[in-house]
Amino acid sequence: MMALLLRDLRLATRAGGGFGLSLTFFLILVTLVPFGVGPEGGRLASIAPGILWVGALLASLLSLDRLFALDHEDGTLEQLATAPLPLEAVVAMKAIAHWLTTGLPLALIAPLLGVLLNLPVAAMPWLALSLAAGTPALSMIGAFGAGLTVGLKRGGLLLSLLVLPLYVPTLIFGAEVARRGAEGAATGTPMAFLGAITLGTLALLPYATAAAIRVNLR
Amino acid sequence: MSIWEYANPKKFMQTSGALLPWAVGLSVLMLTVGLVWGFFFTPDDYKQGSTVKIIYIHVPAALMAINAWGMMLVTSLIWLIRRHHVSVLAAKAAAPIGMTMTLVALFTGAIWGQPMWGAWWAWDPRLTSFLILFLFYLGYLALWSAIENPDAAADLTSVLCIVGSVFAFLSRYAVLFWNQGLHQGASLSMDRAEHVADVFAYPLWVSIAGFVLLFVTLVLIGTRTEIRARRMQALLAREKLD
Amino acid sequence: MPDLGKYALTVLSAYGVTLALVLALVAYVLIRAGRVKRALAEVEERATRHG
Repeated sequence: MMALLLRDLRLATRAGGGFGLSLTFFLILVTLVPFGVGPEGGRLASIAPGILWVGALLASLLSLDRLFALDHEDGTLEQLATAPLPLEAVVAMKAIAHWLTTGLPLALIAPLLGVLLNLPVAAMPWLALSLAAGTPALSMIGAFGAGLTVGLKRGGLLLSLLVLPLYVPTLIFGAEVARRGAEGAATGTPMAFLGAITLGTLALLPYATAAAIRVNLR
Repeated sequence: MSIWEYANPKKFMQTSGALLPWAVGLSVLMLTVGLVWGFFFTPDDYKQGSTVKIIYIHVPAALMAINAWGMMLVTSLIWLIRRHHVSVLAAKAAAPIGMTMTLVALFTGAIWGQPMWGAWWAWDPRLTSFLILFLFYLGYLALWSAIENPDAAADLTSVLCIVGSVFAFLSRYAVLFWNQGLHQGASLSMDRAEHVADVFAYPLWVSIAGFVLLFVTLVLIGTRTEIRARRMQALLAREKLD
Repeated sequence: MPDLGKYALTVLSAYGVTLALVLALVAYVLIRAGRVKRALAEVEERATRHG
């Protein structure tokens, strides 16, 4: 299991693996927002937690359609499916690898980008914390979408359509934590829901994803 | 006599063919009676004026939007467990109907809310949940069209339906939390059929019955079409081998 | 037509949109049903001819 994780981490961080792409996309998006809504500081500050959450969410989507596609193309996926390690565990490892190379870096860089959007300093640790707690769910849900669409040629767009509605609960609670952090209000409740969703998806979605991959390998 | 007899496509076609004229007749009857009664023969509400008449289309459509997805969930589970093609084809047939009902609920909900909210759309928890449900229907139908192999498509869309149902449930509560905090009441108070006065409730129940029968009729027709389409695909595949 | 008062446009547009959407749905279901039924008949005829 560890070997698989390390392999996927290496694949993601080498050139062409998409590691820097998500971070760059996040930066570009945050840069575009003021051009869209105007540079007025107060307005930027009030939308900053939400924009940063949506931006991290979209950036996390970028490398998802390749999650299983590369292994599928060269036949590795079939070997993994019939290997002694359960496919569910393989799926979970891939999702975690995706998180380590996408979600976690996004969570760490978000407060820095928040400076560009006048994010209140009080919100910064809460933003990073909520993203760190929520992005694993995004990776796991994304893995599910990737499993459904692994055989398809132009699967990326369909994957986004399938996965984005599933992101709504995580987005709602995650952004709420960041917003409340900015106001100095209590963040316990949304944080608890956020954590529950992440743990639930990590526990249950590997089964659905593995089932989908088996269907696609038939 | 067990319901599983109808899992046999031939038996289903026979029975649905016999039932169809009745289904059509009854749905037309109930819809006409319910809507005519509600539109022409009920008074105005002292708070909402004549807009209360929208209840006879908004509430049934909203109920069907949710129940259609519920039916898809059950039939998808039956497909995954017992592999009856009729079941998953019924789910596939129900999806466009549920999606249209969701659209009707969204449009009528927004139009009804406009005099109250002063805007054509408001992120009211109920309407927002229906918008998310609409996206789920879209995704389900998009996946059906994207996968070429019919049995693979059936399996994948069924898994999507089940996972989607869990998230739809989660979203409902997340959206409530997002807009109003977790334990406050519905905003369109007329939505709850139980809280409605009798003079409005009776035509409402007839309209609801009409929409349910419309759904059943269209699902019967749609499933018959899907069964025929599947048979045609099998014959065409055999033709290619000859 | 009952007196809809100041909400006439609201109520009528709600009913109008509903009618349009439901008719479009019924049309879609019926037209697709007819098309598939005819296509199947054609394919079945070919199959019985070639035995």
